[in-house]
Amino acid sequence: MTATQDSPKGKLKKTFFKSDQEVRWCPGCGDYGILNAVQSTFAELGLERENIVIVSGIGCSSRFPYYMETYGFHSIHGRAPAVATGVKLSRPELEVWVITGDGDALSIGGNHLIHTLRRNVGLKIILFNNRIYGLTKGQFSPTSEIGKVTKSSPYGSVDMPFNPLSLALGVGATFVARTIDVMGKHMREVLKAAHEHEGTAFIEVFQDCNIFNHGAFDPIVKKEVRDDRLVDLRPNQPLVFGQDHDKGLIWDCNQLRVVKLGEADETGKVWKEEDLVVFDPSNPNPSLAFALSHLREVDEPTPIGVLRSIKQASYEKMVHGQIQGIQDKKGERSLEDLIYAGKTWEVK
Amino acid sequence: MTTVTPDGSPTGKVEILEEAVIRFAGDSGDGMQLTGNQFSDSAALFGNDLATFPDFPAEIRAPIGTLAGVSAFQVRISSNDIHTPGHLLDVLVAMNPAALKVHLPDLKHGGILLVNTGNFGKRDWEKAGYTSNPLEDETIVEPYHLVQVDLNHLTKETLKDTNLDNKAIMRCKNFAALGILLWMFNRDLEPTIRAIKERFGKKAPEIADANVAVLVAGRNYAETVELLDHTFQVDQAELEPGIYRNIMGNQATGLGLLAASKLTGVQLFLGSYPITPASDILHQLSSYKQDGVITFQAEDEIAAICSTVGAAYAGMLAVTTTSGPGVALKTEALGLGVMAELPFVVVNVQRGGPSTGLPTKTEQADLYQAIWGRNGECPLPVLAAASPVDCFYMAIEAFRIATKYMTPVLLLTDGYLANGSEPWKLPKIEDLPKFEVHFETNPEGFQPYKRDPETLARPWVRPGTKGMQHRIGGLEKEDGSGNVSYDSENHFHMVKTRQAKVMGIAKDIPAPELHGDSEGDLLVLGWGSTYGSIYGAVDKARKEGFKVSQLHLRHVFPLPEGVDKILAGFKRILVPEMNMGQLTNYMKTQISADYISYPKVTGKPFYNDEVLRKIREVLA
Repeated sequence: MTATQDSPKGKLKKTFFKSDQEVRWCPGCGDYGILNAVQSTFAELGLERENIVIVSGIGCSSRFPYYMETYGFHSIHGRAPAVATGVKLSRPELEVWVITGDGDALSIGGNHLIHTLRRNVGLKIILFNNRIYGLTKGQFSPTSEIGKVTKSSPYGSVDMPFNPLSLALGVGATFVARTIDVMGKHMREVLKAAHEHEGTAFIEVFQDCNIFNHGAFDPIVKKEVRDDRLVDLRPNQPLVFGQDHDKGLIWDCNQLRVVKLGEADETGKVWKEEDLVVFDPSNPNPSLAFALSHLREVDEPTPIGVLRSIKQASYEKMVHGQIQGIQDKKGERSLEDLIYAGKTWEVK
Repeated sequence: MTTVTPDGSPTGKVEILEEAVIRFAGDSGDGMQLTGNQFSDSAALFGNDLATFPDFPAEIRAPIGTLAGVSAFQVRISSNDIHTPGHLLDVLVAMNPAALKVHLPDLKHGGILLVNTGNFGKRDWEKAGYTSNPLEDETIVEPYHLVQVDLNHLTKETLKDTNLDNKAIMRCKNFAALGILLWMFNRDLEPTIRAIKERFGKKAPEIADANVAVLVAGRNYAETVELLDHTFQVDQAELEPGIYRNIMGNQATGLGLLAASKLTGVQLFLGSYPITPASDILHQLSSYKQDGVITFQAEDEIAAICSTVGAAYAGMLAVTTTSGPGVALKTEALGLGVMAELPFVVVNVQRGGPSTGLPTKTEQADLYQAIWGRNGECPLPVLAAASPVDCFYMAIEAFRIATKYMTPVLLLTDGYLANGSEPWKLPKIEDLPKFEVHFETNPEGFQPYKRDPETLARPWVRPGTKGMQHRIGGLEKEDGSGNVSYDSENHFHMVKTRQAKVMGIAKDIPAPELHGDSEGDLLVLGWGSTYGSIYGAVDKARKEGFKVSQLHLRHVFPLPEGVDKILAGFKRILVPEMNMGQLTNYMKTQISADYISYPKVTGKPFYNDEVLRKIREVLA
């Protein structure tokens, strides 16, 4: 806690960001992978520990700040984006990360999430999505699928789930990405891109809760199926996926459609890579990103990587820019000027 | 009206009054707030003591001419030291039948009733629910001195040669009423003319000219037709020498918050969500950009306080402003503030409750909520401003306590203080309270919950300080290290420590000032905005020979040291409050005494005469 060791840039190890607190997640939890990736990324970026603030809400994921040798604030359920907004507005020079979960961010804290995203506050938000309430021991969450049998839905959930990426895109988020707890390298790349982004970076991480929802993402993330079930978005590259890079996405009848490359389809058309949609996350128009976020998990590839990354001034920059502009023009007043203002009169 | 024989003035022409209570009432669009403010300003410049209170409708633009749309402004001017805007009226200006209907019950018998007959057509009085013209109904107007003027006609005639359209012309009619009132009280028009020119002159000189013309026309008309057989004079009050300005409670709160920032050199952050009657503080601080104030209009009350918590953590003087329903939503985050031991201020401008209640009316019914309204053992200091001007000083005091003891502080004001105004003798800057804020920067032996042995406060560390990274949160902490701890003995220790820290503030706050003798038959004990009403009543009761004194609490929780000794000097304790007895019941948990609760929950403040009657009744 009181280590004062300097941080020589570029030579850091991830342990530099490890606090003295014992990590208490269940053995095998996907959270470990995320903690590792964040510590490694911060080390690779050569960040100063004292300039990082990690704010979390409530839930398993929200214990995260205790395990990081940075400034940390474990706040209350759903409110981390609001607390973090206060920190970032007050001290724009600090690097402020928010750790949250599907219940924390999308259920009790939904309002703060959408408003933080629309304002474009310079926060990096990592949403651990395990599609279950873990800390309260297994109830369905706002991302649990219809029909999910849990303690609070013994006959199957009838709640329509949220799609976190569609939600973020819908409210005007300027950076939207998805990654997976077991794909460390991919996650580190996404985290770095988030760090570089001005404004809010929203990252959904598919995270396995090995106690209450084990294997929820297996059908798409297991090593043997992953390449066929995920499409990794690369800027300005055609949307290709598959173990043999043999599948792709085309834009057809106002939607994305999967085609097999090099093979004739039912109309006799043979699809080539140049027929595929080329994806550009910096496109201000979010339509294609939105269409990608809506691909059906059951029979279409699930997008991972950066769906959207556009340039827009951050909220804190606008707030402080306005203050600076007015101060430059009018100058600061003394307390005396302020008190002795308005209509005054003298009693002799 | 208390009359004094005029001395040296033309006989029968001018009556000298000690004081007068005047209310301007009309439709929300009639400019009654502006008229009332201008009249008050002229009284202040003349040297009267005064107090004002506006009464606006909850609806922004209720249908014209209806009872729901009546807006009023009351001012009491006096040649004595006064503390409230008064109760019964000496003069009522009613711009339409709806205003007459709503406000006539408050006019003293024999009082002057000035009506704008231009708005008393059949449709107008029908809209107000009258079945005939009330001005022709003796049972309605007979007890009063009715003065009828067609202000619409007067205004139109005065401005007939201008290029203004009819709508713009009719907007000037309130100045005709003001002209008549200024004549009635023998006031110079010049300061008002200057004020009109300042207000409208730059943007709309033709409107300024029109308003001035109508103001003068109103005065001239009244003088020429001798609207009353005599006029009135309220002499200058003997105020302490100094520079004064008139200030409303919300304005004083906003200024006090900024003053705390200027005095400490720590930047001010406000996280707030609009709510009546607190929004004006948000508006005011939002205009203080040149002074570096950061204001954040949050998405809801919860985000407002959570951003405030975040700002406090980041090392700002952080505040959130709201009213009762907002405090209800902020409750969980207040608990976080107590647990994380962060300094910030929550201003509750109380209004009528429960639930949405009476948003534009006043009440003091959030005291239980302030002292006890959180889960767990969750003590925090509760302060209450006693007058509009006191809001300034209590805002500074709230930050002093918050930062010295690392705790959230609740500051209670209410709608009556928020919108009421009184003259403020401006303080010398060097006389303002001094306090320093200390940020811990020494990593040697640093622990986030290592306490100052005297105050029990933990250190305040700005993130970004090298070598002092630490984690805080809402989970129970081990004392010292601040690590999460579920240890049962530690929890009990921490509960007691947080309690001891807050209770220890009792030693650091001034004993409340006793008004009157230190022994007697009755002590009138109050808190918050009832100060002025109680003061005036106790003053009169003492003149009548009653052995009664006043004690007013500005630090409600914890109580300052010595209150028990003061209470012991009196046989009984009368507690007037705008709730069902919340202070009374709270006091019973603190100090044993013979309390008499005197509740009033009407959305209106106590009046001097009500409290006085109660004192007489108790001591009869």
